[in-house]
Amino acid sequence: MASMYAYLAGIAQSVGLVYFVAMFLLVVAYALWPSNRSRFERAAHTPLNED
Amino acid sequence: MAATERTMTLGEMAGAILCGAFALAAVIIAGLTHHAGYSFHMLVFAAAGAWGCFTIINRAFDGIGGIEPLEIDGRPNYNMAPVKFATVAAMFWGIAGFTVGLLIALQLAFPAFNLDLPWTNFGRMRPLHTSAVIFAFGGNVLLATSFYVVQKTSRARLAGNLSPWFVVLGYNLFIVIAGTGYLLGITQGKEYAEPEWYADLFLTIVWVTYLLVFLATLWRRKEPHIYVANWFYLGFIVTIAVLHLGNNAAIPVSILSPKSYIVWSGVQDAMFQWWYGHNAVGFFLTAGFLAIMYYFVPKRAERPVYSYRLSIVHFWSLIFLYIWAGPHHLHYTALPDWAQTLGMTFSIMLWMPSWGGMINGIMTLSGAWDKLRTDPSLRFSVTAVAFYGMSTFEGPVMSIRAVNSLSHYTDWTIGHVHSGALGWVGYISFGAIYCLVPWLWKKERLYSLKMVEWHFWVSTIGIVLYISAMWVSGIMQGLMWRAYTSLGFLEYSFVETTAAMHPYYVIRAMGGSLFLAGALIMAFNLWMTVRGHQRLEELPAGSPTIVPAE
Repeated sequence: MASMYAYLAGIAQSVGLVYFVAMFLLVVAYALWPSNRSRFERAAHTPLNED
Repeated sequence: MAATERTMTLGEMAGAILCGAFALAAVIIAGLTHHAGYSFHMLVFAAAGAWGCFTIINRAFDGIGGIEPLEIDGRPNYNMAPVKFATVAAMFWGIAGFTVGLLIALQLAFPAFNLDLPWTNFGRMRPLHTSAVIFAFGGNVLLATSFYVVQKTSRARLAGNLSPWFVVLGYNLFIVIAGTGYLLGITQGKEYAEPEWYADLFLTIVWVTYLLVFLATLWRRKEPHIYVANWFYLGFIVTIAVLHLGNNAAIPVSILSPKSYIVWSGVQDAMFQWWYGHNAVGFFLTAGFLAIMYYFVPKRAERPVYSYRLSIVHFWSLIFLYIWAGPHHLHYTALPDWAQTLGMTFSIMLWMPSWGGMINGIMTLSGAWDKLRTDPSLRFSVTAVAFYGMSTFEGPVMSIRAVNSLSHYTDWTIGHVHSGALGWVGYISFGAIYCLVPWLWKKERLYSLKMVEWHFWVSTIGIVLYISAMWVSGIMQGLMWRAYTSLGFLEYSFVETTAAMHPYYVIRAMGGSLFLAGALIMAFNLWMTVRGHQRLEELPAGSPTIVPAE
């Protein structure tokens, strides 16, 4: 049981950490990507331009 | 009416057959079971199934409904009837839930209100209150707004003909089964997941249909980009499905019995329960209502979302962090310390997306701050976001183990929950409903803006009385529990702590009655609006003459 814990904690503290930080960086990169600027600008106005 | 008769669609045939088969199976079970409450529930199911079967066939005979065009004159032919139904249901259940809340507040202050009857004691009324306000009121608000927002922001008609109706009617049938079950003593005893296995299975079918209707509507969208409010709705729908399945993995004793046993045991069951319980807060009461914020605040303020980029980071960080926060409900229990610490750490990290989202919502008003003075329904939405900031600051503080040792099991928790539930969920819902009703019923404006003002101030005073009473009572209770004499004995008996809380319970009940009074003012105002009346009022300069959405 203890080794199972050490194994899972090891994964959480290494792979899990890298995975979460990488996911976060991906999201930030997507949000800030220059070519997405106009698309997000348009999206921000979505509730205002409706039929 | 044979002249207008039309052939049934394939979907209608399938719907009618399924409803009929469901009704038949329910009647058989109702006849065979020895459990009176379960038999009653099966008869309710049977009646609903028979009604569904009859109505579907009857509509075809009368030539009503059928396949509606997706567009009329090049504009989307929005399907707003299920939205109207869910809006009315939300108001109905809201008032029912607030009333039961007031009753149980009075029961705690004056036990005579338990009436010495099994059906009305606190133990059965309390889940009735929580389910009525969270799932019945909140759930119908989410159904109504999600079906409205996904159509408007996708510029597409809601997918399906019968399925949106199955979602709203089926969901409300589930609410009836759940609520009457509590009164009859049918419960699996899991907080916020009290309904038994058969109600859970039925809800699963409704919920999967909800997801499919939502996805299929998004699929039809004219815009390439999916608007952020729809991401939050989707996050809410998908996660609630996963939570519901995980926490209700139960095996019924028999198909003729309402009783079931959960497959998880001991501390694993506790962990599952609070993984579910906290994410009911995170995804039902937060993500879903944030979707409302991201649509109704910009719409109402007539300003674009303050930072769309922030909304993207907000969404992903919120859903990635929330799912881990549950173990903070199990501090100082048999749950391993590392899991408690993990829950606490993720709860504290939640400060970031919570406050990021709050800032994004409030700053959307930049350049339109004057609307807070002239538009009371926007004031509801913005005050809601402020309450959201406040309660999501308080929550992480309470998740810290040392703070939790004082706050856990005390009224502080109740105060915290209600600052979120009344202030955030309640107010963002009221703000949305005040917008929706004139739009849906195509009225120029609400019956009375003065009444919205009255609602706002009456219920705000109610919330302040409620939460401040519970903070004082809770912290006092926690301190009394841990007070020792110089000889090392506990200073207070349990009953002494209970007696000390009495005045605060009375203040809490007063706060609750004000909140209920505000909701009654709202219901009257909306009723008059739907009837087409307009109260003659001097409106403040710059008031919205609410242009009906088309």
